[in-house]
This record gives sequence, C-alpha cells and structure tokens, in this order.
Amino acid sequence: MRQKLSGWGRTAWSYSDVVTPSSSQDISAVIAAPQHRGVIARGLGRSYGAASQNAGGTVIEMANDEASPIALDPRTGVVTAGAGVSIDALLKYCVPRGWFVPVTPGTRFVTIGGAIGSDIHGKNHHVDGSFGAHVLSMRVMLSTTEIIELSPSIRPDWFWATIAGMGLTGIVIDATFQMLAISSSMMHVETERLQNFDALIAAMGSSSDDDGYRYSVAWVDLLASGSSLGRGVLSRGEHATRDQDSRSEPLVYNPKVRVSAPPWVPNGVINKLSIKAFNEAWYRKAPRRRTESIESIAGFFHPLDGVRQWNRLYGSQGFIQYQFIVPLDQTDVLRTVIGQFADAGVASFLAVLKRMGESNLAPMSFPTAGWTLTLDIAAGARGLPELLSAVDTVVLDAGGRHYLAKDAHVSPGAVRKGYDRFEEWKTIRNEMDPTGVWKSDLGRRLGLVDP
Amino acid sequence: MKNGLGVAQSIVLFGGTSDIGQAIVSDLLRPGVAHVVLVSRNIEEADRFGQDITQRYPDIDVHHVRFDGQDAAAMTRVVQEVVSLVADIDVVIVAQALLGDGIDFLQNPHEAIPLATVNFTATMTLLLALGHQVNQQGYGRIVLLSSVAGERVRRSNAVYGATKAGIDAFALALDHELSSGGGSILVVRPGFVTSKMTTGMQKAPFSATPAAVAKSVARAIDSNARIIWTPSILRWVFMVFRHLPTALWRRMPF
Ligand SMILES: Cc1cc2nc3c(=O)[nH]c(=O)nc-3n(C[C@H](O)[C@H](O)[C@H](O)COP(=O)(O)OP(=O)(O)OC[C@H]3O[C@@H](n4cnc5c(N)ncnc54)[C@H](O)[C@@H]3O)c2cc1C
Ligand SMILES: NC(=O)c1ccc[n+]([C@@H]2O[C@H](COP(=O)([O-])OP(=O)(O)OC[C@H]3O[C@@H](n4cnc5c(N)ncnc54)[C@H](OP(=O)(O)O)[C@@H]3O)[C@@H](O)[C@H]2O)c1
Repeated sequence: MRQKLSGWGRTAWSYSDVVTPSSSQDISAVIAAPQHRGVIARGLGRSYGAASQNAGGTVIEMANDEASPIALDPRTGVVTAGAGVSIDALLKYCVPRGWFVPVTPGTRFVTIGGAIGSDIHGKNHHVDGSFGAHVLSMRVMLSTTEIIELSPSIRPDWFWATIAGMGLTGIVIDATFQMLAISSSMMHVETERLQNFDALIAAMGSSSDDDGYRYSVAWVDLLASGSSLGRGVLSRGEHATRDQDSRSEPLVYNPKVRVSAPPWVPNGVINKLSIKAFNEAWYRKAPRRRTESIESIAGFFHPLDGVRQWNRLYGSQGFIQYQFIVPLDQTDVLRTVIGQFADAGVASFLAVLKRMGESNLAPMSFPTAGWTLTLDIAAGARGLPELLSAVDTVVLDAGGRHYLAKDAHVSPGAVRKGYDRFEEWKTIRNEMDPTGVWKSDLGRRLGLVDP
Repeated sequence: MKNGLGVAQSIVLFGGTSDIGQAIVSDLLRPGVAHVVLVSRNIEEADRFGQDITQRYPDIDVHHVRFDGQDAAAMTRVVQEVVSLVADIDVVIVAQALLGDGIDFLQNPHEAIPLATVNFTATMTLLLALGHQVNQQGYGRIVLLSSVAGERVRRSNAVYGATKAGIDAFALALDHELSSGGGSILVVRPGFVTSKMTTGMQKAPFSATPAAVAKSVARAIDSNARIIWTPSILRWVFMVFRHLPTALWRRMPF
C-alpha cells in the first residue's frame, strides 16, 4: 500500500509502497518482482532523516518482535535474533536472565537490523565500540534473493560493508551477537555539573579518568553564553553490582512509557524561550558536586522513551538532528561550532557531547576516535541551510564527518570528504547488488546509489 | 531528492525566461540545490539568468532544455529529457504563457489559437506528463502560474482569462488525482505583476513585483498549500467579484 513516510524528524516526507512480510519467502517474493524504483528495509523508523523510505519504490517493514524467537545461550550470552526484533523486546527477554545488549542508543525502540544498518553507538563507545563490533555473524538476503551468511571471517568485506551500510547492501534477516553479563537491572550513576566547556573537555578527555567508566556522556547547554559557554552535566555509569542493589530480585526489568505527546501540536511550542528555560532548569537541577545515585536502565539510557512520539512536539515542520564528529585534537572546532550556532541564534535542547573510541573495520561506520556533538534543531529555523552548510565546512575541514542515521541535509560531497573509504564501500556495494535493487531517499540524495 | 530543510535538490523552470518564474527560482536557491533546469524556447536569453545563478552559487549545475510551448505533442519527450538530466524533479515551475494584449480577437479569431495552445492545451499535456513523473517518484511539487484573470473572466481579456480558467480548473483536479501517490500541485493566482508580460500596461490595483510573488510562492511550496493568491487579499477581492450579478460585472470598466 502506498504510504507517506518520514524519519523520526518528520521532514522530507515521501510516498513508498510499504509491504509487511511475515517470512523471508515473502521478502524474496517482493524483491523478485520487477522493482522500478528499488527496495529498502525499514526498522522502527528511528533514523532522523530519510534512510528507511524509498519514494515511489518499495519499503519492506521489518520491525516485528514476534517474527522470530530470541535464542539466548544463558551460559555464554550469545544471542540470535531476527533483524526485526527491537532492543526493547531483547531487553525484556534478556535482562531478567542477566544479559544486557552490547550497545544501546538513546531509545530502545530500534531494531537489530537498524542497529546494524547504522552501526549504532552508545554511551559506552569509548570502551566497547559500536554495535557492529559485537556481531559474530548475520544472515543477509542479497538482491538475487539468495540468503548468505556473513561474519568477520566469512566474506569479511561484505560483512563490514553491511555494517553501517544503511540497508543498501542487502536485507539482514537475523544476527548473532554477544551480550554483556549484568547482575542487576539498575545502574550506578555519577553526575556532576561542569561550569564551562573547558571543564567539560578536561573531565571527559582521553587523559582523564573517563575510560574507567563504561558509560559516559555529557549534556551541553548551547544557549549559555559568556563564561558559561558550553556548560554541561556529565553523567557516567556502570551496571550496578549486587551490593549496590539491595532488591531481592535485582534483575527485574519493567520499563514504562508514561505519557504520549498530543497527536497535533501547534507550531512554535518549542522556541528559543522555552528551550532556554528548560536548559536552565535542567542545569540547576544537576548536582554541583559529583553525586552518586542508582537509576533504572530506562532512566539512564532511554529517558526520552518515557514520552511516546515526543518528536511531534516540533510541529508540522519537524526537526533535524545534527550529529558530527571531529578528531580528538580538534576541540577548538567544537568551540567554533558552538559559537556558530550561538551567533545564529539557533536554539537547541541539550546538545550531547561524547568522546568516542577507535573506529571499527566498516568503511561507512561513523564513530572514530574523536568528539561527537549532537543537537536538535527545528527544521523551519530561518537561515538554517546557510548556517548548516557553513558548519559542515568547518567540520569537514577539521577532518570530521556526519552521522548518516541522523542526516537530513548534507551534500553528496560532504559524504565523500568525510568518509575517506566511501569509494571502497561503493565498489563493494555495487558488487553485492549489481542490478541496483537497493534504493532509499537518503541513498538518492547523497548519491550512495545510482538514482 | 529534497532534503529535510525543505531545500529542493533539483528545480525545473518551464518558461526559462519568465520574469516571475526566474524570481521564484532565485528565491529557492540555497545551499543544497544541485540542479536548475531552464526549459525555454530561447536558450541564449535564458542563460543570462543561468549565468546569474552560477555566479551566486558556483556549485549548482545549470542545464538548458529547448521546448516550444505550442508543441503540445512534444511535452512527454521534453519531460523525459529533463528527467535524464536530474533523475528526480523536486520542484517544477510552469510559467510559460501568452497574454495577447492589444490583439483584436473579434477581428482576428485565429490569433486566439496560440494563446489557447500555449496556455491551455500544451500546458495541460505538460502537467499530465509532469504528474506522471511525480507520481512515479512518490513525491514532487508542481507549481502552476495561473492568474486571478481566470477566476471570473472579464471581457477585456476574455481569451487569456478563459485559458487560465481552464488550466486552473484542470490543475486543481489533477492535484486530487496525484495526492494519493505523493505528488502535489500548487496553483498560484497572481494579480497584476510588473513583468515583461505587462510592460507598457497600466498597473491594476494590488499590483506586485515578481520578487514579492516569489516570496509567497516559496513559502507555499514548503507548506501543504494547494492554491494561493498573490497578494493574498486578492482572494477576497475575487470572491466578491465572482459573486457580482452579471448585470453589474458586464458593466465593469475592465
Ligand atoms: C531518541 C533517539 C535516540 C537515538 N540515540 C542514538 C544513539 O545514541 N546512538 C546511535 O547510534 N543512534 C541513535 N539513534 C538513531 C538510531 O539508533 C538509528 O537511526 C537506528 O538505525 C534506528 O533503527 P531502526 O530500527 O529505527 O531503523 P530505521 O531507522 O528504520 O533504519 C535505519 C537504517 O537501517 C536499515 N535497516 C533497517 N532494518 C534493516 C535490515 N533488516 N537489514 C538491513 N538494513 C536495515 C535501513 O534501511 C536504514 O538505512 C537515536 C534515535 C532516536 C530517535
Ligand atoms: N505578469 C502578470 O501580471 C501575471 C499575472 C498573473 C499571472 N501571470 C502568469 O505568470 C506566468 C509568467 O508570466 P511573467 O509575468 O513572468 O511573463 P513573461 O516574463 O512574459 O513570461 C512568459 C513566459 O512564457 C514563455 N512563452 C510564451 N510562449 C512560448 C512558447 N511558444 N514557447 C516557449 N515559451 C513561451 C515566454 O518565453 P519568451 O521569453 O521566449 O517569450 C516567457 O518565458 C504566466 O503564466 C502568466 O500568465 C502573470
């Protein structure tokens, strides 16, 4: 059925023919039928831009928690799950059994296929790397409808091209990966307020004690100016140990969605004033000195999931999430960029700053040793194309790049400049899909595939 | 493919020399635009604007396609030629038209034929060909320059007004046909605009510049609007005109 789709940012809508398969035979039937404008897999649509939609073509909706059973080896923590299974379902199954996902993004409503397609990272990237690093093997349907197994030792080039391949190499059917052993469903968290950007960088830098924490991330108030420029709250944590969690059943896991955003929100609810007030309140709320607390998994990793469809709060024009990374020694560039946004008067809720660890072998994987900054901006903001294009140039000139799972605006040239292994990836991609079946709006806009 | 900031990667202008059309394209230019296609019968003239674009945005590729606005049968081929240059059409502006000012049509009925052909017949086939394309694409915005002259046709420009009334009505219905597939049509009804078309004519009330029209059109392209008047007050003026008793309307001085 033809359906209007967008990513999480609710911009760049287009219509695709959406099919919901109930088996891999269904998927091969769709691919085998002549496809004028190609096919793309869609998970839970949590990419911000147009990664999992295909204007005028076919979209295969993979998300389905019931599609295949979750097979967890309770001794080793090796799990096999269908690509349509969500991290939400995986956590509900595995946490009570003492296992946690190797990487979780800021929402648990993403699928395993989406986690692989974007090679997602979490608060533990500086220690554990991204999702792809934990995948032991996966089964992928090629555009010939043949299903093949890929792993770091079986066709490694195809394996790594599919990790962060944005769905453009094939459809992941299922994957086997290593989970992390935990003894409590609580998190031991340390929170502290840092009064400016330099303090923040010093606290998180590679010569700090940051590597001693499995999870680390900072929220930055981009609207604070003067001596408070770049002030933020640093939050670091570890899975709680048995002695930190006194509950009789320490592995009970019961995340809740509390409220829904109303289906229709007038434009302009989120504006500079409301953002400034929010950022201020949130900064004041954080403890001045390093404070320890015990939090739930949902509270620590997925606070936004408490409000269903919070993305509607930006109104009909939607919003974009801008995420880039620059090498470790380029902290000045972060400062420049924060200044560019401040000068332009573009408001953003809490930006997220994180120091990333080393990159993996996937040519299109986003994380690499460096600093990544992420901010949300209302898409209708005046002068935004000009501003972002100027920021893009600064980022790229510093040897940085942009995260395609979030992208809604960069130019084809920005991908080629930011990802120095792009051509290598494209060659492998073309080899895996010689007839050019896989297509998405993101792929068309950025020339990742032929139109 | 348009991006998440509403920037069109490819912009196509039919009537590449049109003052209003060029003003709309200018207003849409910003970082992220990759292709502009000027479709005209006078490439040399259209390229003066093309060079202007390249000067402001060196990264934009400007292409030219030749077409004769009278050749209704050629429109499918012309659209295919455009598509071969840009792959997908994000925004297309249809601006070509003849006004026929100063022609005594009663004395020279055959003079009405080019107006009917350019403004109606060929524009209709063009809209159909473009509609087919955006339907296949699953998205795409078609902008038709109609006119308030078609809302209630007056005796002093009956031929022009009637062609605009026809194409306007057609475009609104075609939009309904397209909307389930993802494409859409924006019908623009300007009043008097100071352009090549109206040089030497006496300005009517609520006259506007091409730049002013362009501004409203650019905003409307970004929205869900299917019909706009420029300036917007004309919507109400013509609502009144439409309901004037014929006895009164026929005696109006224009
Ligand atoms: C609130 C929020 C917080 C987030 N936080 C983070 C974060 O901290 N870190 C991070 O890395 N990301 C983060 N993200 C982004 C998100 O993790 C990624 O966009 C992820 O890919 C979304 O997965 P999905 O299942 O929704 O897939 P979709 O968004 O539907 O698709 C993403 C990509 O994966 C491909 N894909 C999906 N399924 C398959 C399959 N079966 N086979 C092959 N390809 C497939 C699609 O074609 C597409 O290219 C966040 C998003 C939100 C909304
Ligand atoms: N100006 C106004 O007051 C006004 C008001 C309401 C609506 N409009 C509409 O707005 C649109 C643009 O008008 P404008 O004001 O920008 O006037 P314009 O500059 O005269 O534009 C008219 C365009 O039509 C083209 N054209 C005419 N016959 C053609 C043919 N046979 N083949 C190819 N191209 C042909 C012209 O090309 P050449 O340069 O080669 O002749 C020119 O590009 C028109 O549809 C008009 O009806 C104008």
